[in-house]
Amino acid sequence: MKCVITGSNVKVLGRAVHSLSRIGDELYLEPTESGLSLRAVNSSRSAFAAFLFAPLFFQLYEAGGRQPDRELLRCKVLMKSFLGIFRSLPSLEKTVGKCLILLKPRASRLVVQLHCKYGVTKTHNLAFQECERLQAVFDTQSCASSLCAPARVLAEAVVHFPQTLAEVTLGAGPGGKISLRNYVEDEAEPTKTMVTELWLAKEEFQTVAVAPGSRITFCLKEFRGLLTFAEASNLPLTIHYDVPGRPVVFTLDDAVLEVHLVLATLSDPESGSQPPTANGVSHLPAPSDDFADDLESYMIAMETSAYEAGSGVPPSPTFPLHTPRPAESDPEEEEEEEEEGAVPGTPPHKKFRSLFFGSVLMPGGPGPAPTQEVLAEDSDGEY
Amino acid sequence: MPLSTQPPASGEQYVLVASLDNARHLSSILRAVHFQDHATCFATVNGLRVTVEDAKCIQANAFIQAEIFQEFAVQEESVTFRINLSVLLDCLTIFGTSSLPGTSTALRMCYRGYGYPLMLFLEEGGVVTVCKINTQEPDELLDFDFCSTKVVNKIILQSEGLREAFAELDMTSEVLQITMSPDKPYFRLSTFGNAGSAHLDYPRDSDLMEAFHCNQTQTNRYKISLLKPSTKALALSCKVSIRTDAQGFLSLQYMIRNEDGQICFVEYYCCPDEDITEAEL
Repeated sequence: MKCVITGSNVKVLGRAVHSLSRIGDELYLEPTESGLSLRAVNSSRSAFAAFLFAPLFFQLYEAGGRQPDRELLRCKVLMKSFLGIFRSLPSLEKTVGKCLILLKPRASRLVVQLHCKYGVTKTHNLAFQECERLQAVFDTQSCASSLCAPARVLAEAVVHFPQTLAEVTLGAGPGGKISLRNYVEDEAEPTKTMVTELWLAKEEFQTVAVAPGSRITFCLKEFRGLLTFAEASNLPLTIHYDVPGRPVVFTLDDAVLEVHLVLATLSDPESGSQPPTANGVSHLPAPSDDFADDLESYMIAMETSAYEAGSGVPPSPTFPLHTPRPAESDPEEEEEEEEEGAVPGTPPHKKFRSLFFGSVLMPGGPGPAPTQEVLAEDSDGEY
Repeated sequence: MPLSTQPPASGEQYVLVASLDNARHLSSILRAVHFQDHATCFATVNGLRVTVEDAKCIQANAFIQAEIFQEFAVQEESVTFRINLSVLLDCLTIFGTSSLPGTSTALRMCYRGYGYPLMLFLEEGGVVTVCKINTQEPDELLDFDFCSTKVVNKIILQSEGLREAFAELDMTSEVLQITMSPDKPYFRLSTFGNAGSAHLDYPRDSDLMEAFHCNQTQTNRYKISLLKPSTKALALSCKVSIRTDAQGFLSLQYMIRNEDGQICFVEYYCCPDEDITEAEL
């Protein structure tokens, strides 16, 4: 893979890397025929971002090797290392005229070369790891609600929430108004909690097509990263969402750039839907490598699986929820945590569900056994 | 011991007397070599030299020539003492480090000789502070024996081009490798860190290059932790000369212009690090 970026696009690439650095510790590079895709996923697999730069973004773009049948190389590098190259955005703008990215499989190096003012050349040779395709499962077409607004509107709204705020709830209110409210856990003390809620009129948005009364809660930190990028690039931001528990998808579209941010949302315990199952990375029978590429047919990860529906166990009553656990892919750990904080009648976890499966990053083989949740009351709280 | 707050008359009993209208002319230069607590001061009729060393591998010298001072009198051929540089800098900046336009701290420095403390009289806005800093036996300093006749490669660069590079050096690399050559890559700074290697190339015809005299291809490695403090001197300077001799010893000379446009010099000498191994490209 070889590509050359010139002029102000170097800064756009830099901003994209900054945005991705808010998501995960590794940067995935995937050259495709439709452009270069940069992706990142967070450690709890509840956030995924992908930036697709079309061939036109580049002065030169060669996706793959000479041999047409040779598979295009996918690799990942340490986010810290890649970000270090683009760390200072103002100096990128001032001094860098051209950026060359070259994949050298034989030397196991990803070469990023910046051609700067005064003839100075900065060459970075980064170690990379080959990897499987990283792809979140989502389908914006099947989302019940969507909103589109200039990024500035959302940025100005979000500024009212403290930097430390973890989750925010977006809701569709009466009269087409859209609300943003900080998410407060039920167990939080009412006297020590501050609730901030703001309402945006329908007119602030370019399009509003929302299911009335719909509401979703997602993590703000990862969203802010995208918002900064969107504001700087002056692109309208589209939000697609569905029922609580299903992922929310933020998209930015441009002639040469396509950005997707997929965030898990909090599933609503009061909704009466089946409580979420354990979220090993894969809980489908016999995952194979192929279906990772077949996005449309699989809409899992966020919903209750088929085997759950037939279990005949009544849903748990609403209990105080725990904060999201980071190490969700380890079922043993989950069980222990459940016991520690368990109240009689094991509560469903407030968890952000994993969005993935089929990625080679999942530890070990296929996902854990389906029924992790102890739905039946057990006075000992033991398994 | 009671201190007289009256500054002494010029030259009376003191082997060294120096006056500066603006103490920043001294404090900013000294900061450029402040990577160790202790420094050796050496005064002659030509001016003041302050030397800081570390690990027997690196030496930095700050030169403030007599012309910079409003008054500079040395009674003996040379006056040498060791002093705590951190304390000296704290005293020189006792009225604060922010530089409001029009205000400056005036300094009068007096030294009675061997065994006596260094006296500083600092005044700003009518307020006078007297500081007495103990001096010590001067250390034996390294002699890099670096003279212009032994120089193999020499380049002079505008500091502007190097500042950012030095500030962003990959500190996970143990060494900074410097390549100087009459052929490509001409002048290259390389690091080998956790992420991989990074190379910074300056072509000989770059606008930043003021002088380029490289006779032989040389690649030398220096401990990056020793060279990193030179970033301060680089930040203050307008030009830097980079020279190496046959053994790979490095000389960095920084030309610094102070607020009044006067020129001072700071130089760093560094030993190369062990044996040279093939650089990763």
